[in-house]
Parts: sequence; C-alpha cells; structure tokens
Amino acid sequence: MIALLRRDLVLAVRAGGGFGLGLAFFLVLSVLVPFGVGPEADVLARIAPGILWIGALLSCLLSLDRIFALDFEDGSLDLLATAPVPLEGVSVVKALAHWLTTGLPLTLLAPGLGVLLNLPPAGFGWLVISLAVGTPALSLIGAFGAALTVGLKRGGLLLSLLVLPLYVPTLIFGAQVATQGAAGLDVGTPLVLLAGISAGTLALMPFAAAAALRINLR
Amino acid sequence: MLSVRGVCVARGGVPVLEGVDLDLEAGQALVLRGPNGIGKTTLLRTLAGLQPPVEGQIEMAPDLVAYTGHSDGVKATLTVVENLEFWARVFGQGDIAPALAAFDLEGLVERQAQNLSAGQRRRLGLARLMVTGRPIWMLDEPTVSLDAASVKMFAASVQAHCAAGGAAIMATHIDLGLDGLVLDLSPYRAIGRMSAGGFEEAFE
Repeated sequence: MIALLRRDLVLAVRAGGGFGLGLAFFLVLSVLVPFGVGPEADVLARIAPGILWIGALLSCLLSLDRIFALDFEDGSLDLLATAPVPLEGVSVVKALAHWLTTGLPLTLLAPGLGVLLNLPPAGFGWLVISLAVGTPALSLIGAFGAALTVGLKRGGLLLSLLVLPLYVPTLIFGAQVATQGAAGLDVGTPLVLLAGISAGTLALMPFAAAAALRINLR
Repeated sequence: MLSVRGVCVARGGVPVLEGVDLDLEAGQALVLRGPNGIGKTTLLRTLAGLQPPVEGQIEMAPDLVAYTGHSDGVKATLTVVENLEFWARVFGQGDIAPALAAFDLEGLVERQAQNLSAGQRRRLGLARLMVTGRPIWMLDEPTVSLDAASVKMFAASVQAHCAAGGAAIMATHIDLGLDGLVLDLSPYRAIGRMSAGGFEEAFE
C-alpha cells in the first residue's frame, strides 16, 4: 500500500499528472473575486472565508476523475484488483494520495490567498484548521464518486453531479468554522461536526468505493 | 490447482459460455481457443476473480492468480524499472532482475514507458507476471504486437514457469510451440439463454 501511495505521488508530480491544476484554479478564483465584487475591504472580509472554502472545494472537484479513471484506462485497476491489496485499501490510499496532492497544498496556500481577500487576522488560523480537517472528507467522498463513474467515458459531468450534494455538509460546516473564527466567535460546534464528517467518511467511503469498483470492473 | 465445473459466464448480462469444465495442474499450460466473441476474455476475467460466474463452481486457493489483460497496466510517465518495482512491492517480492533479463529489457531500464514501442511495452507487461511470484498466470492475448523473437522469449518464460511448478492458462490464436493442452471453447457457446437470468446478474 505504501508502494501504491508512492507511485501515485510520483505520477501526480510528473508531466501530465495534474498536480498544480487545482492549485492554479484556486489561485485564479481568489485573485478574480476582488475584481468581480469590488474593492470594498469590509465586503471582502465578510465573504473571504466562504469564497476560499468554495474555491478549495471546486479545486478538489477538478482532479477527482483522475483518481481511478487513469488506472482503469491503462488496465492497472484490473491488476490491482487481483493483487494482494484489498480494494478498500486501494481506495484509502488513492484518496490519501489525492489529498496529499490537492487538499494539503490548498490548505497551505489558503492563508496567502486570504491576504488578497482581506481575511481578518483572527480568521487565518481557523481557515487553515477548517481546511485541514475538512479537505480529507472532500477527497474521500470524491474517491467514492470516482469509483462509481470509473467505467464511463467522459464521466466528469456525472461525477460532479453525484459528488456536489455530498460535499454540501462539509462546505457548510467548514465555511462556518472559518467565518465564525474570523468574526472572533466560538467555533466549537461546527468544528466538531466537520471533524465528525471527516471521520465518518473515512470509516464508510473506502468500503463504498471498493464495492462500486467491484461492480464497475465486471 | 484450479478446478472449474459447469461454469456459465456472462458479458454485459448476456451469457456467452455455459457448462465449462476444465482442470489445471501444476506444470500445465492450457491454451484457450475459439472464434472472436466466444468469451475467452470473459472466462479469464471470471477465473481471475474480477467478475462472478453466473453459475457453476470455480475451486482454487486464494491469491494464486497473476492476471494480465488486453492492456498492460504500464504507467507512461514511469520508467521501466519503476513500473516493475512498483508491482514487485505490491506483491511483496524483491528481485526484478530475472524478469528484466527474461524479456530482454535490461537496455531499456531507465527509459520512460511512453517512449517504448508497442512490443517493448508488451514485454514489460509480461515481465510483470514474473515479479508477482504467483503460481497461476492468466494471460489474455499475451502475444499481441510481439515479434517472432519476443514470442519465443515469452514461450520460454512460460515453459520455465511451468517447469518450476507454476501453471498458465492463456487465450491466444497463435501457436507458441508449447506442448500444452488446448481447450476449444466453441462447444460451450451459450445458446438460447437470453437475458432472463442475465438481467438479474447485472443488478446483483
């Protein structure tokens, strides 16, 4: 499983691996929003946590279909399914690799973009914490969606439609943590709920993804 | 090692083969023959555990099979060595040198797989079988895009594998010069079984 993680990370950073696509999208979105809504500092400060969370979510979405589709196309997925690694393990590792190449860099990049959006100083810490806690759930749910659509040609649209509703609770509580943190309010409740979503998806989604893969490989 | 009794396999919910019986012992190489569309690939995928049979029994100890399909499972942006080492680690094996030697890949080790020719890539895909350490090789059209010399190389490695107590079952149209068994699948063609049963299978 460590070999699989290492391979996926190497593939992601090599040419054509898609690493950086999500980051570039996140950067472009955050740079363009101030132009779109105008330069009033207090308006930007109010919407900054929500915009950054939506940006992170959409950036995650961009690279989801690569989680299983590439391995399906070149036949690796068949070979992995007959390998001694259980498909549940494959799903966890794939989601982890996706998070390490998408969610983690987004989390680290977010404070820098917070400056562009005039995020209040109190909000930076909570923004990073909320993304660090919430983005694993995005990758895990995404791995499930990718497993469901793996056999479909150009399954990206269906994948987005399937996954977006499942992303809504994560977005609500994640953005809530960042917004309340930026306003100097107590963030305990939404943070616990966000962590609960991440823990729940970690417990459930690998099994759901593996079941979907088994059906799609038939 | 492998015992198949009365197996019916379906592709897309439509049964293609039924009543298939076959046995595979250590040291045997079994060649599946039959016209296009008879269900050689479907049978191999079923035996490899990638899909369940519609009916019948497949008896085999778990974790014996190394499967290789139409595509090679080779990552274009990894080098030959990285590709092989990955599969060796996944299967918990160490040494990839014999596999490189058997398929004459030593001169290509540092080359990225996207710069290999189709035949070289196929050889890399077949070399993967040797690093799995699994006793039963299941091969689907293994000789596609191989030249005569490479086919000999492949036949030699199958013979060596069988001589070492392994077994192989393959779907191929060309004569490999193996003194193996041949099973013609034509008599097992599923007739008149339309999708009443197959429909259920598709939604199970």
